[in-house]
Amino acid sequence: MRLEERRRYGAVIAARLEGLTKRYPNGTLAIDRMDLTVGKGEFVSLLGPSGCGKSTALYILAGLANATAGRVELAGDGRQAVGAGSIGFVFQEPSLMPWATVSENVALPLTLRGSAVDLASEVIRCLTMVGLETFADAYPRELSGGMKMRVSIARALITKPQLLLLDEPFGALDEITRARLHDDLLRIWSETGCTIVMVTHNTTESVYLSNRVVVMAARPGRIIGSVDVSEPYPRTKAFRLRPGFSDHVRQVSALLDDASSE
Amino acid sequence: MTTSEHKDAVAPVAVITAGEVTGSLDLVFDRFVPLIAGAIFLVVWEVFVRWRGIPPYVLPAPSVIFQSLWTNAGGLLRALGNTALVTLSAFSLATISGITLGILIALFRTVEKIIWPYAVALQVTPIIAIAPLVIIWVGLSRVWLALLILSWLVAFFPMLSATVVGMKSVDRGLQNVFTLYGATRWQRLLRLQLPAALPFILSGARVSSGLSVIGAVVAEFVAGSGTSTGLAWTIVQSSTMLDVPRMFAALFMLAGFGVVLWHAMSRLSSILLGHWHESELKDEA
Repeated sequence: MRLEERRRYGAVIAARLEGLTKRYPNGTLAIDRMDLTVGKGEFVSLLGPSGCGKSTALYILAGLANATAGRVELAGDGRQAVGAGSIGFVFQEPSLMPWATVSENVALPLTLRGSAVDLASEVIRCLTMVGLETFADAYPRELSGGMKMRVSIARALITKPQLLLLDEPFGALDEITRARLHDDLLRIWSETGCTIVMVTHNTTESVYLSNRVVVMAARPGRIIGSVDVSEPYPRTKAFRLRPGFSDHVRQVSALLDDASSE
Repeated sequence: MTTSEHKDAVAPVAVITAGEVTGSLDLVFDRFVPLIAGAIFLVVWEVFVRWRGIPPYVLPAPSVIFQSLWTNAGGLLRALGNTALVTLSAFSLATISGITLGILIALFRTVEKIIWPYAVALQVTPIIAIAPLVIIWVGLSRVWLALLILSWLVAFFPMLSATVVGMKSVDRGLQNVFTLYGATRWQRLLRLQLPAALPFILSGARVSSGLSVIGAVVAEFVAGSGTSTGLAWTIVQSSTMLDVPRMFAALFMLAGFGVVLWHAMSRLSSILLGHWHESELKDEA
């Protein structure tokens, strides 16, 4: 571990990307030598215009895509941990099985693993965390968009992941629902103590939620800067009105402008 | 969780209850309108035939057809039984073989490459052109076997194609979820691909059930004589004797059988998909 990293994150690192490069078969360079270190318990946002490779980086981190070059390090058992569920992933779409009830959907990761734990109580624990405990027997079609996303988050939480990855989870939701889910996500983060890496293209969202915003540029996808949001948690609606909030939004926006003007 | 989102979910339920009151009237209307329309059609037909004095060997009046249905009931029912037996056996075989092969094709690219071109070739070759060959092969003493084979050939392809398309139409996000949590190939098949393919398979089964009737009838027409004793043979026989009322009676029975089969498949589909698939959801507005 490099010295400055040790100073920054202490000894505990949740995930590290080193020289990560992704080239598509058609020759397009999606990610060019990306370095990123995420400390344990951090909430990091990857922010950038579309096509900057932020989602691809997340998929590689989760083991759902392969890197062309570079190293991926994860805390604990490393890559083996992926299938075992130390990584939770919330996809852009809720991606629920329409033929299964909410509780069957949430239980899926444990069912696939053939886990011997008490499924019912685990499902209720996770549904309570997202406020949907009374909807265990509902089918996805009976739920609103925001509720489906909550189910998707509950499913990611059921393996008690140390690292939670979110790929533009709130992009399709309306403003009010999104704000509500932001607060729920912050609460879940503090309750579970997990590390979160979230991909987003929403500047205010990234500043409101995370303690570090990593800004990426496209063609080729790379990191062009990062902003530490050194504001205390818990953050509430009042935080959005504080000068500290707008200062950070401005910093991030400036970086983002650089990213898109190139 | 706040109340407004709960309301979102509760609201449609309330609408359904309100809709049931007018719904029961609509239901009666829906059931009886086709029957009334059919009755009017028969009456117009009857009046037209009597008024113009059309001879029964050209167009028999409905009353004459029903009379023929009644007097020939024994023979017609036996013929219906034979046709039904061939059709249902062929349909079952087509379902089993179509789904099995469809799964293999969706799972293994090699199987797809080998089988798919020939399945398509078989599908586009008119059944009536293959029929004489099949009948020669199995021999006129076993026409039932020829009927079974030909009916299966027609019913098979929709099942195969529906299964393949259904297995391949799995949501990409769900595929990723299964990959992320280390699903085995077997788990993926049983918990993801087959449930996702079910709506396609059931719609294929509806098409296939109708085609199996057509296959059985066409084959019997081609066989022409021998040991075949189904409804198609009844029609051929009646036509040579110019017994048009009996032809119509057999035709009605054939149509009725097809309709019953179709409704049975629709019923099965709504039982299996009713709680989740768009195609089977009642109009909730």
